Amino acid sequence: MNFDFSDEQEMLRNEARKFLEGRCPSTRVRSVLEDPHRAYDEELWAELVGQGWTALSLPEEHGGLGMSRTDLCVLAEELGRVLAPVPFASTVYVLAEALMIAGTEVQRRKLDAIAAGDCIGCLAISEGPGEPSFDRIEASVSGGKLTGTKLPVVDGMAATDALVLAKDEDGTVRLFLVALDHQTVQREVLDTLDPSRGAARIVFDATPADPIGEAGLIDPILDGAAVLIAFEQVGGADRALEQAVEFAKERHAFGRAVGSYQAIKHKLADAYVNNQVARSNAYYGIWALDAGSDELPQAASAARVSACHAFWYAGRESIQTHGGIGFTWEADQHLFYRRSLVLDMAVGSPRFWRDRLFGAVERFAADDEARKAV
Amino acid sequence: MDFSDTPQEAEYRAKARAFLNAHTDDLPTLAGDELARLARQRKWQAIKADSGFACISWPKEWGGAGGTAMERVIFAEEEAKRGVPDAFFGIGLGLCLPTVIKYASEQQKQEMVGAAVRGEQVWCQLFSEPGAGSDLAGIRTKAVRDGDSWVLDGQKVWTSGAHYSDFGLIIARTDPDVPKHKGMTMFFVHMDSHGVEVRPIHQMSGGVEFNEVFFNEVRIPDEQRLGEVGEGWKVAIYALMNERVQGGKERGISAAETIALARKTPVGNATLADDGAFRAAFADWYVRTRGVQLTRYRTLTAMSRGQVPGPEASIGKLVTAFELQQMSRLLVEAQGAYGMIDDDDMAIFQGKVHHDLLHSPGIRIAGGTDEILRNIIAERVLGLPKGPQADKDVPFYQTR
Repeated sequence: MNFDFSDEQEMLRNEARKFLEGRCPSTRVRSVLEDPHRAYDEELWAELVGQGWTALSLPEEHGGLGMSRTDLCVLAEELGRVLAPVPFASTVYVLAEALMIAGTEVQRRKLDAIAAGDCIGCLAISEGPGEPSFDRIEASVSGGKLTGTKLPVVDGMAATDALVLAKDEDGTVRLFLVALDHQTVQREVLDTLDPSRGAARIVFDATPADPIGEAGLIDPILDGAAVLIAFEQVGGADRALEQAVEFAKERHAFGRAVGSYQAIKHKLADAYVNNQVARSNAYYGIWALDAGSDELPQAASAARVSACHAFWYAGRESIQTHGGIGFTWEADQHLFYRRSLVLDMAVGSPRFWRDRLFGAVERFAADDEARKAV
Repeated sequence: MDFSDTPQEAEYRAKARAFLNAHTDDLPTLAGDELARLARQRKWQAIKADSGFACISWPKEWGGAGGTAMERVIFAEEEAKRGVPDAFFGIGLGLCLPTVIKYASEQQKQEMVGAAVRGEQVWCQLFSEPGAGSDLAGIRTKAVRDGDSWVLDGQKVWTSGAHYSDFGLIIARTDPDVPKHKGMTMFFVHMDSHGVEVRPIHQMSGGVEFNEVFFNEVRIPDEQRLGEVGEGWKVAIYALMNERVQGGKERGISAAETIALARKTPVGNATLADDGAFRAAFADWYVRTRGVQLTRYRTLTAMSRGQVPGPEASIGKLVTAFELQQMSRLLVEAQGAYGMIDDDDMAIFQGKVHHDLLHSPGIRIAGGTDEILRNIIAERVLGLPKGPQADKDVPFYQTR
């Protein structure tokens, strides 16, 4: 057993951190957050593409670097630390994963475009209030044409291509690949909790749609995205905690540093425990993902549930630790708070994943019993 | 990142399994009274020592197997799978003997270490006192020098296993005129010395694991001092360093058992396993208990790379003790009024969950309270400043 990153992966992390600290200070995040006309930071995106980040986990025959998802999660954590305002998750963890798992030879050509930075993805599931449920999906495809409305679609304004959950002619809910530059597609930006990772309403009116994979493809896509997004959340949670600790050491009240009071210490110790718990579950998740383990459904759910909690808690209590200054627009604390909320809801809420976790553990335990009986 | 056994680890696991399978009749169980269980555990400990499975990560020189921390864990996993209780020797081999090996004389080590490794001699730890729990440096048991010997007077408390132990590691006040951390010294003591009296403590859970230990003019030779006079605090920290890594072990019933019980527990027209609130609570319990178990694997990986586990290992007990309490309450409460019945023949899991419910408050206190562990994380891991200490730099005799 080796439950940690390799030396090469640590080198990759150091390079990524150095690069992002230089190229993605919080002012970059704010410039997207504060400008409703900007869906993402195009310049930063181009730089990430230039560094080969969108190509990292893609196969070499499609212009990729052929590295593993464990290498990819190192980048995810670093992007999460700096709250990078780019559609990396939607493109690399979702669209590229779907193409690699289930794409036909023709569909997989899109991977070349992702590697080259010419394709941005998004995942269009939600149609309104409530958790994703196959029973309530109304978007449908008939004769190869998709009709319906999806909202909110994270990175929907930035994307060139969407992975859309819709009913086919038999009423089976499945995923479709849809190019968004078609004249039948209408998009508008939505006001969201975190405009630095904005979202769109997308209306399809008889838009050409290409089915991808079997009907159950959505499950491995959600599991993989849950694990990789968990690393972004762990990165964000760690940075939010670091900022709270730095502030608590400097800020004095009643003649001593506020960090010397147990009310603050215990709050931040709890954040540390949450972050460690989330990190360990994320490590297990990435191992299960890369090893193709049948433990992936429970490992992915555990990674997501614990990462959502860790980021929410750290973001929330970092504002509280900062006191009044933490509540101002100028302080960075709300950037973490906002991002934690949007990542909470991006691929199914913690409520949805807690329920999914119970089911996954129960199924695994039953399979385990069956294996022992044989 | 590889969660599977390496070829060497797989080979070691096969070896451990073969050994355990060849000794199925010797494996200790939880049956019988304490003395009967102790006798079986001693016999088993000796068998393990003869075959190189006792103190696996210790050097061979001291009766260990010269193996790795990972090998120790693999063997413990295999033992646990066969229901072997982890009892009686944890404090001695985990905490007292490493201290003996570091500080005792060659001759003492020759006499004591091997005997402890083989389970022939059992050790207890005599640190806490009625007036010194979380603030351990506030101990008042005194040791007064008298020629070549020391005379111990005072009282210790929460001493696990004092009633069956042969030796105890004891910290005492040797200089009340200096600030509290500076005036202490560590010794070891024969528990059958004249003037040592052990009285069991009846716990709220009904069990009797701890004792009060009284020292009334107990005379010990200076050779039984471990470390320099006045350096007791340093020695105690060394001893306790080992406790943290042990504190994160799994507790309570498993995830699969919990789900199986939930499926059998009626709620309305369905079962507890269909109840959204319970499923959510289970998920939170699962990610935290699983999370600290996985964190322990990260610590082990770091140890196998030659790093020393730091204070971050404190998170294990902090999480598992509280989660055990929460989940036990949830499962008992889900039985409705029937849940109040604490009869092993009638209660779920033969009363084990009820036992955990009444025992878990003690786990949250023993070996560092939840609050002290949070302070340790905040100060030693996150680097937050200590609060003011009213007794800092004050001679001990002037403190309260």
